Amino acid sequence: MNQLLIAATLFLLGWWVGRSRERRHLAQLDHREQELASVTVSTCRCPPSSWPVDAPRLVAGNVAISWDYFKAIVSLFHFVLGGRITSLESLVQRARREAVVRLQQEARAAGYDGVIGLRLETSRVTNSSGDKGLGGVEVLAYGTAVRRAGPRQGAG
Amino acid sequence: MLVTNTEQIPGREITEHLGVVSGSTVRAKHLGKDILAGLKNIVGGELTTYTELLADARKEATDRMVAQAQVLGADAVVNLRYSTSSLAQGAAELFAYGTAVKLDSP
Repeated sequence: MNQLLIAATLFLLGWWVGRSRERRHLAQLDHREQELASVTVSTCRCPPSSWPVDAPRLVAGNVAISWDYFKAIVSLFHFVLGGRITSLESLVQRARREAVVRLQQEARAAGYDGVIGLRLETSRVTNSSGDKGLGGVEVLAYGTAVRRAGPRQGAG
Repeated sequence: MLVTNTEQIPGREITEHLGVVSGSTVRAKHLGKDILAGLKNIVGGELTTYTELLADARKEATDRMVAQAQVLGADAVVNLRYSTSSLAQGAAELFAYGTAVKLDSP
């Protein structure tokens, strides 16, 4: 009985706190994505031909996000019933957007205008105590930052 | 050393391929940090210590790869790829690999 009570409390806590944290994160992401919109990101491996670029450099952004107790329990039901697990979809999407934003931030901080050859990688973060259902996801975004060189003087 | 994840380096020409270079590291989390992560598992949110640990480990893997390229006398590493695998509970292997190349003189 006691255990059930604890589980129910954690479930509600995860639902309430987790949801508000997720909303705050999403709102923050919208804002930061708009701010960084000028740093163009592309999965193409070559810059547009109109872009004379110089000094390319590797940039990366990563983030590890934990799921909450609510998401963990809900997904357990889905493992039996199957179907779309919306609560985990939103978690991975958040992590992916955050990783790309961090990549753009690094590119801008180093004075670059865009990133080409974007690659995204997702992996699971596990807990060393081996608790089932606990953990989170890590997303890595990496690419090659390029700078618009502008019209070069003296060069044809 | 120039490192990119594209096959070509914009504005430079590759004159010679020296072969595949790679670097890797296996890391585990500090137990205290893991307990904090356990609390995060209830309410959700970013696992900052894991973010830093993985970024750190990836940097080390990249550095090892670059060191190997330097031994070969390379000017750059192109077509870099990262790979992450979870070896055991709480331990991850970060692997970086790419192709060491020689460039024309700028």
